[in-house]
Amino acid sequence: MGGWPRAKSLEDRMCLSIPAKILSITGEDPLLRTAKVDFGGVVKEMSLAYVPEARIGNYVLTHVGFAISMIDEKEAEFVFEFLKNTEEAL
Amino acid sequence: MTLKYLEEYRDAGLAKKYAEHIARITTRPWKIMEACGGQTHSIIKFGIDRLLPKSIELVHGPGCPVCVTPMSTIDAAIELVIRYRVILCTFGDMLRVPGSSQDLQTAKAQGGDVRMVYSPLDALKVAKAHPEKEVVFFAVGFETTAPANAMAAFQARQLGLENFSMLVSQVLVPPALEALLESSTSELDGFLAPGHVCAITGFQAYESIVGKYGIPIVVTGFEPGDILQGIDMCVQMLERGDARVENQYTRVVRREGNHEAQKMLETVFEITPKAWRGLGTLAASGLRLNSAFRAMDAEFRFGLNPESSEERTGCRSGLILQGALKPDACPEFGKTCHPDHPLGATMVSTEGACAAYYRYRYLTEKKL
Amino acid sequence: MTDSLVCPLSLSHHEHILLAHGGGGRLMQNLIRDVFSKHFRSPLRSPEHDSVVLPHLNGRLAFTTDSYVIRPLFFPGGDIGRLSVFGTVNDLAMSGARPLYLSVGMILEEGLSLHSLEKIVKSMQDAADLCGVEIVTGDTKVVERGKGDGIFINTSGLGVIEHALDIEPRRILPGDVILLSGDLGRHGVAIMAAREGLEFETSIESDCAPLHRMVLDLLEAGIELHCLRDLTRGGLASALNEISSTAGVSLIVQENAIRVPSQVRAACEMLGLDPLYVANEGRFVAFLPEHDAERALEILRKHEDGETAERIGSVQAGCAGQVILDAKLGGLRVLDLLSGEQLPRIC
Repeated sequence: MGGWPRAKSLEDRMCLSIPAKILSITGEDPLLRTAKVDFGGVVKEMSLAYVPEARIGNYVLTHVGFAISMIDEKEAEFVFEFLKNTEEAL
Repeated sequence: MTLKYLEEYRDAGLAKKYAEHIARITTRPWKIMEACGGQTHSIIKFGIDRLLPKSIELVHGPGCPVCVTPMSTIDAAIELVIRYRVILCTFGDMLRVPGSSQDLQTAKAQGGDVRMVYSPLDALKVAKAHPEKEVVFFAVGFETTAPANAMAAFQARQLGLENFSMLVSQVLVPPALEALLESSTSELDGFLAPGHVCAITGFQAYESIVGKYGIPIVVTGFEPGDILQGIDMCVQMLERGDARVENQYTRVVRREGNHEAQKMLETVFEITPKAWRGLGTLAASGLRLNSAFRAMDAEFRFGLNPESSEERTGCRSGLILQGALKPDACPEFGKTCHPDHPLGATMVSTEGACAAYYRYRYLTEKKL
Repeated sequence: MTDSLVCPLSLSHHEHILLAHGGGGRLMQNLIRDVFSKHFRSPLRSPEHDSVVLPHLNGRLAFTTDSYVIRPLFFPGGDIGRLSVFGTVNDLAMSGARPLYLSVGMILEEGLSLHSLEKIVKSMQDAADLCGVEIVTGDTKVVERGKGDGIFINTSGLGVIEHALDIEPRRILPGDVILLSGDLGRHGVAIMAAREGLEFETSIESDCAPLHRMVLDLLEAGIELHCLRDLTRGGLASALNEISSTAGVSLIVQENAIRVPSQVRAACEMLGLDPLYVANEGRFVAFLPEHDAERALEILRKHEDGETAERIGSVQAGCAGQVILDAKLGGLRVLDLLSGEQLPRIC
């Protein structure tokens, strides 16, 4: 019987969306394109159907087997920049 | 080696700086709601509420798709497994959510074929591998998960998988927020909109809410740095008397959202009134398979007629989901209701506020 | 002599385990000869006798047994055979015993490939050689297809205690220091990567390793060990919870001091796991007085499997059973025993 029970001891989290880096891409048809993505030493296959602009080396946000958004590497600094700008303004 | 675009936002120094800044700029009490269970979890686990000045109250909203799945839908899933002997593929979180008399885990122990999947596409694989059986995918989620669930339906059609169907419980955030703001008991000053939902939908829907209710809304991520920045941006607007939608989660969310995903949602789903466990039925607050995909709807295929049922005595998850009651203020919390014996969904799902409080706070408060 | 006179029951004609291999007859004898006796080399072994007679042992004896039902049988960094030897050696080590002798009971499933069985048996002997223990007796049964998962292994172990300490939770005192011998989560992640349905790739290998040499070195140096516990299913958090309950004390551990390899963190993020609850197979915690802590760490760090040993926390009086995590962000929070079953068949 398939499906091993993942228990309460594991933080089963549906909202789980984790960033990963695209290592390789397979497929031509945009709806069927998949990528091997790297979470930091752990590699898994994801559908790229919802990020047709994604290329090797890009970071994407993944959720239940799909890349659902590109990660804008410049905007990634916003959390740190905002505070600096705000502190300067005070 | 830091996990990129993830762990750097958990820096304790960054959190402290934000907390200090928020304390400096806060002059009055503010009540801010975060919607997404993932945000609730982060707040409780990393003690973000404790970093904030006491005048800021964080309220937890109905952001847990597992928690708001109607009890009758759980019962329908169990019926599919026990009576119709389907292979039910589901995300792990759904296994222990109480139905009216049992949960899916018990149904599995009784011999039901319940299988956990990581992705909706895994359910398609099961359907392909078992053409002799009916395979039903339990399609639960907010807008974040809807495109993935939609793709499963779409691909099932492409592949001609006649034995595949979906039991759908998809909910939409903006109608729930409106319902909470409409309610006279709500005293919300500001709202942190769920970042991953907005990655899909964009945040135009929240602009009309701001226009109507005059409360600031900040599209916010999930790490401590994100949440604190979101709160900071919200408090800044509140202190200024401003009411707009601002985007904290700029590395992921764009105003127009994900076009490809939205297209797929339109192809497969349609908007429908929906019952939310703990909130009642809200207009235009859910998705169901549209007429082109109706045959793939498990309720239709198996002639299911989910009847609504009462929560177990003592369960106040409805109030929890509305942000009207904190888990540790519930009289059953930790007594008749705890993870080994949950009265309601908010104690089962790790996204649920009650479960988060129990895991990270209850014993601490009790014993420390 | 022609080919037609080759014995039809010769092992080489069978690629898989049959029910007859457990029948006590010729096929079973061939199996013992061609697989077990080929690899299990202890001079004390005498498969034709019902029991093995051991030499005199001086001192208190430690005795333990454990069964291994792990799935999958082969995983990065090890296999069920290797695990079954190290696991039992480690149980002996946790009372400070010098492990000496192991028995092996196997239940084979009809259909198990002989190639796999031989790999496992060889792996067990290699592991035993690595540990300096002898596999001296054993038993094999075969069950029908579908009634076993390839192979179940039970190993029982005998060791001798050469020190005068009682090493057990009741010896733990408030003020004691907690040492952790290495980083967390490798075994659990390696197993999950090898399981169907999860399908992720990683270079992480199980941390499956024998711990007795580290323990014996500590004892030889005169370290006053109060309690030892090897981490397994349920990870660090579960081990600490069990000990704090039994010992009637509370424990506080610093998140900053606990090492988790980045690949383990990545897998845990992806799967929604907490590394503190993920299985390990080559790590232990030690409880000892403050004054012995630095010396103990030096000794551990000299070993390859103890290179990243750290002091992670301390013992406090009262609040029996409570384990507190001093978190990097979030202050103090409770590390509870979580409800529900652990990942099945991980150890």
